[in-house]
Amino acid sequence: MSDQRATLLDVHEVSKHFGGIYALNAASLKVEAGEVHALIGPNGAGKTTLIHVLSGAMPADAGRVLFAGQDLVRRPMHERVALGLARSYQITNIFPRLTVLDNVTIAVQARVRDWGSSFSFWKPFSLDSAIVAEAHDLLAQVSLAGLAGRRALQLSHGEQRCLEVALVLATKPKLLLLDEPMAGMGPDESARMVGLIEHLARRVTVLLVEHDMDAVFRLADRISVLVGGRIIASGDPEAIRADADVRRAYLGDEG
Amino acid sequence: MALYRSSPGRRIAAGVVLVLLVLLPWLLEILDQSFYVSFASRVLIFALAATTLNLVIGFGGMVSFGHAAFFGVGAYCVAILADSGVLSAALAWPLAAGVAALLALLVGAISLRTRGVYFIMITLAFAQMVFYLVLSLKSWGGDDGLSLLHRSTFGSLDLKDDSTFYFVVLALLTLVLAALDRLAHSRFGRVIQSIRENETRMEALGYPVFTYKLVCFVIGGGLAGLAGALLVNQSGLASPSLLHWMQSGTLMVMIVIGGVGSVFGGVVGAVLLLLCEEFFVGISPHWQIGLGLVLLAVVLRAPLGIAGLFGWGRNRE
Repeated sequence: MSDQRATLLDVHEVSKHFGGIYALNAASLKVEAGEVHALIGPNGAGKTTLIHVLSGAMPADAGRVLFAGQDLVRRPMHERVALGLARSYQITNIFPRLTVLDNVTIAVQARVRDWGSSFSFWKPFSLDSAIVAEAHDLLAQVSLAGLAGRRALQLSHGEQRCLEVALVLATKPKLLLLDEPMAGMGPDESARMVGLIEHLARRVTVLLVEHDMDAVFRLADRISVLVGGRIIASGDPEAIRADADVRRAYLGDEG
Repeated sequence: MALYRSSPGRRIAAGVVLVLLVLLPWLLEILDQSFYVSFASRVLIFALAATTLNLVIGFGGMVSFGHAAFFGVGAYCVAILADSGVLSAALAWPLAAGVAALLALLVGAISLRTRGVYFIMITLAFAQMVFYLVLSLKSWGGDDGLSLLHRSTFGSLDLKDDSTFYFVVLALLTLVLAALDRLAHSRFGRVIQSIRENETRMEALGYPVFTYKLVCFVIGGGLAGLAGALLVNQSGLASPSLLHWMQSGTLMVMIVIGGVGSVFGGVVGAVLLLLCEEFFVGISPHWQIGLGLVLLAVVLRAPLGIAGLFGWGRNRE
């Protein structure tokens, strides 16, 4: 099955160093359209750096990133989003002081390809009812429909993570980069997030960075292991579980 | 801060204030205090200048410490044009706004690449550069400033008449406030307010943040130039002190007192500050100590400013 799928994201020998330290050292990775691809690795392996480089928050020093056939390396973050690449952050990144609904409408409004320009200075936004309707729809998808009028900072941690997922979904991505979506969550909230990602994965390709191994092995179609800035293994969960290098480098006695 | 939302109550309050302001010249005439009409124009012009800064700081979240440069450049444009015989307001005022907007484009294009305290410092540096440039140009009066011998002419309106000039100023201020209210509720207004709230998130949602901030900065700068064009007509002098950093500071104090990020914050602040100055300066030359205490109280107890206290600002919930 999987070898018939098209490659959506092709990361080819990407390097990124900070001073003399290589956070990424010729890391290569292929994400196929439609899969949930988990990226695991010990702390400091370069996972978040890779997400930063892919999303455009940091430039790569070397290497090539192809997304849906387009070279991303020189594109600014907002153009990558327009191409269909969206990310969540390890630390929740929403608009805390805005209402939950305003959070989502501003994200929906970002899709200029659907709504026309945001350089509209005169027409009241309240007339853009289609955007508001879509925002309500997204809130329903992440089970926050009842909280639309609350300020985002009043939500629980888990609800805020779900809100961030709604923001990311609003950009209608082809590929979701989720950076530790379960970080800091209790077991109930984690279970809810796993359910949400399973639901999303039917429509979107996901590159998931996560420490919670139960979630990773439950969600992932394929797993890549990043150690010391290099991908040391890529394959389906069974192969990764059995891989001797991975067990030595990462899973340790857990495997 | 939540996104700005105007309420019917706020609009009614603004309408009542507008009616009072329209009646003001007659009221002053009845009270035999017509001298104050020109002072009232001055207050409204500063209200306009402070409002333009509020667009940049309060809505756009760009703490610019160089707004006086655009204000002063507008004033100098009108004075220089008048000096070379161009008196038409229809020509000189838009030109003043245009030159100020162009300067804002230049300053913004460079300054907006920095954030936080660096942005504050670099806008201050640019404004001081313009200040010293004007100070050194003897042909434009150097540190004496440049007098405006004749007020601008505007069709059949006699701007030399203080009441007529007052009404023109009031009309322009009303227009700008109405436009700002529209802008605050428009797509663009929501984008710049959301950038103020979380710039990184906006970038990650696909907004070209730099462009939005620059457009907002240029609109604010250009309208400040218009305020400067009005001020030189009111006072009859384009003085280098209009460009000085203390002028930028005064405008900031106005919006902090009035209400940062509220459409009427600049107006409230300018009116309070200039009224206090007018009436307390006669009582004691050290009246600004009192101002300092008021500022302290506002920052500590009412961070949304006076407008916020009365619910004229943003929705607090």
